[in-house]
Amino acid sequence: MPQASDAYTGTFELEFERPLLALERQISELEAQADPNQSAVGLDPKLDFTADLKKLRQSHTAMLKKIYKGLGAWNTVQVSRHPNRPQTVDYINAFVKNFTELHGDRFYGDDPAIIAGFGRIGPHKCCIIGHHKGKNVKEKIACHFGCAHPEGYRKALRVMKLAEKFGLPVVTLVDTPGAYPGIGSEERGQAEAIAVNLREMSRLKVPIVSVVIGEGGSGGAIGIGVADRLAMLQYSWYSVISPEGCAAILWKIANPENNAKAADAMKVRAQDNLKLGTIDDVIPEPMGSAYRYRQQMYDTLEKYIIERLRELKRFKKPENLVAKRYQRLRKLGQISG
Amino acid sequence: MAKTTADPKPAPPLTGDRRRTWKDVKDPSESPRPGVPEGLWQKCPTCEATTYRKQVEDNLSVCTECDHHYRVGADTRVSQLVDPGSFEPLWDNLSPMDPLKFVDRITYKERYEKAQKQTGHNDALLAGKAFIKGRGVVIAIMNTDFMMASMGSVVGEKITRAIELATDLDRPMIILCAGGGARMQEATLAVSQMIKTSAALARHGDAGGLYISVLTDPTTGGTAASFAMLGDVILAEHKAMIGFTGARVIANTVRQELPEGFQTAEFLLEKGFVDRVVHRKDLRSEIAIIIDYAGK
Repeated sequence: MPQASDAYTGTFELEFERPLLALERQISELEAQADPNQSAVGLDPKLDFTADLKKLRQSHTAMLKKIYKGLGAWNTVQVSRHPNRPQTVDYINAFVKNFTELHGDRFYGDDPAIIAGFGRIGPHKCCIIGHHKGKNVKEKIACHFGCAHPEGYRKALRVMKLAEKFGLPVVTLVDTPGAYPGIGSEERGQAEAIAVNLREMSRLKVPIVSVVIGEGGSGGAIGIGVADRLAMLQYSWYSVISPEGCAAILWKIANPENNAKAADAMKVRAQDNLKLGTIDDVIPEPMGSAYRYRQQMYDTLEKYIIERLRELKRFKKPENLVAKRYQRLRKLGQISG
Repeated sequence: MAKTTADPKPAPPLTGDRRRTWKDVKDPSESPRPGVPEGLWQKCPTCEATTYRKQVEDNLSVCTECDHHYRVGADTRVSQLVDPGSFEPLWDNLSPMDPLKFVDRITYKERYEKAQKQTGHNDALLAGKAFIKGRGVVIAIMNTDFMMASMGSVVGEKITRAIELATDLDRPMIILCAGGGARMQEATLAVSQMIKTSAALARHGDAGGLYISVLTDPTTGGTAASFAMLGDVILAEHKAMIGFTGARVIANTVRQELPEGFQTAEFLLEKGFVDRVVHRKDLRSEIAIIIDYAGK
C-alpha cells in the first residue's frame, strides 16, 4: 500500500480562502518574530507581540467560521478536492490496525485506484475498501486520480465475498470523481462490474458501512457504496455526475460560473443529500474542513465507524440484516402519485 | 449520450384519443436531415437509402435496405413485442416530483411537463403484465421519446415494483433497456435508483426468477451500470449503442481514436458482455425460447 506522506507542502490555495491564508501568513510571521530562536534581528525585550497575536488569531477564527458556515455547493466541491484533504490511505494509517492489503481481481489485474484488505478498527475485525486518488504525481497517474477500472470493482467484490465468508463487516471509504472513462475499461465491462457490485452488495450477509470522504461521483462511487449505513463527511459531495460534467451537458460549456450553477442545482452537499434521504448521516468536520485539523478528523471518523459497526453487529441473523438493508434501499427516491 | 441525428421523429403514441397531426412528426427545433422532406419519406442514416416511411414502420421500424434499427418509443415497442391486447399497464399514475427544484436553462418541471404532453405518459417507462407468444411475463419498457429515457425516481420505482411483482407472480421479468442513464435533474435520487433496482433483481434471482434484459439503442450510463447488465440472459438489438461512458467523453479523456464499432452490440458480444445480438423481428421468438428453457 502506498504510504501516506506527510502533510501537503505545496502552495495550493483555494480562491475563497485567500484572505484567510494571508492572515495565517501574518500570524506565522509574527510568531517567528516573537520567537527568540527564529527572529532574524534578535528579540527586542521591549516589544510584546502577545496582544497582537491574540487579536490576529481571534480574527482568523472568526473569518474561518464565517467562510465555512455558509460554504456553497461549488466551494464544497473545491474543498473536497483539496490536495491536503485526508485520503483513504491516511485514514487507514491513522486508525486501522494491522492493515493487510489484498491485491488483484483474479481475472485481469490489480487496480491501484481501489485499496482493499483486512484490518482492525477499534475492537472490530473487518474488511476495508476505499478509493485511492494518489498522493504524488506518479501515484495519481497510476491510479487515474481515483477513477477505478472494472478490475478495481471486481477486486472490491472479491474482498467483500471474503468478508462474507469469514463473517467480517465491511467498511468502504468513497472518494472518486467517477469510474474511469477509457477504452480498456469499456472493453472489460465497466458497466457490468458496477452493476454486479450493486446487486451483490445489496445481499451481502455482513454489515456494510460506507462513508463518502471526499468525492462521491455517480456510478463510480456507489460501485462500493451500497450499505446499511451511508454517511458523508460534512464537506464532501455526492451526486449523479460531477458539476463540470453536468455543466458541459446542460449549460453546453463547463466554466467556473456554470460549474457553480450545476453544483447548486444538483444539491451535491452532504446536508442536501441528508434532506433528500439518500444518505443516513452527516459526519461533522473540524472547523475549516478536514485538511486543517487532520487528527481531529481521523478521531471523529474512527468513532463513527466503531459506533455504527457496534449497532449493526446486533443483527444475529444475516437474513434480518439483509432484509433491513433492502428496506432502506427500497425507500430511495421521491415520486408523486 | 449519442446524438439523435439519425432518428426520425418516431410515431406518436397510439393512444387512440387523437389523430396524428403534422405537429407530431415535425419538430422545428430539430432538423436532423436537412434537404429531405419530413413525413412520407425518410433517409436511412446507415445506408442513406430513401425509404417509404410507412413501409419501414411496417417492417418494425427496421430499414428495408440495410437492417438499420430505428429507435422506437415504448408504445410502438408494446405493439411490436407482446401479444396483441395482452399488455396490462401498471402504476401509470406515478409522476415525477422535483424535490431539488432543479433549474438549468429551463426548469425540470417544464422539461418533464413538455415530455408528458408530447408522449401522453407520465414518465419514461411503461411497465405491466403481458404475454409474449402465450408466455406470461412482467415487462418494463423504457421510452426514448421521454427525456431520452433517463432514469429518475419514477422509472426506478416502476422497475422495482415490476421486478417485485415478477418475483411474487413467479413470472419471468423482461426489461427493454434504453436511455442515457440516470437523470441529472434528480441528482443523487437518480443514482439511488441504480441501487434500488439492482437490489430488487438480487431478490428476484434468489427466488429463482428469470430475468431477460434486452439492450436497445442507446443503453448507457446508469442504466447500463445497473439492471441492463444484470440479465440472466442479455439480448441486444443489432448495432445498438451500449456502454458506460459516452464515446465523446472517452475520446476526450484518452485522446486517441476509438476502435471501429466501439460500444456497439456486436462489440459487446465480442468482449463477452452480451449473450446474443438479435434482429428486431426475432425478438419475440428469442424471448419465448429462453423462457421455455429457463422460465417457470
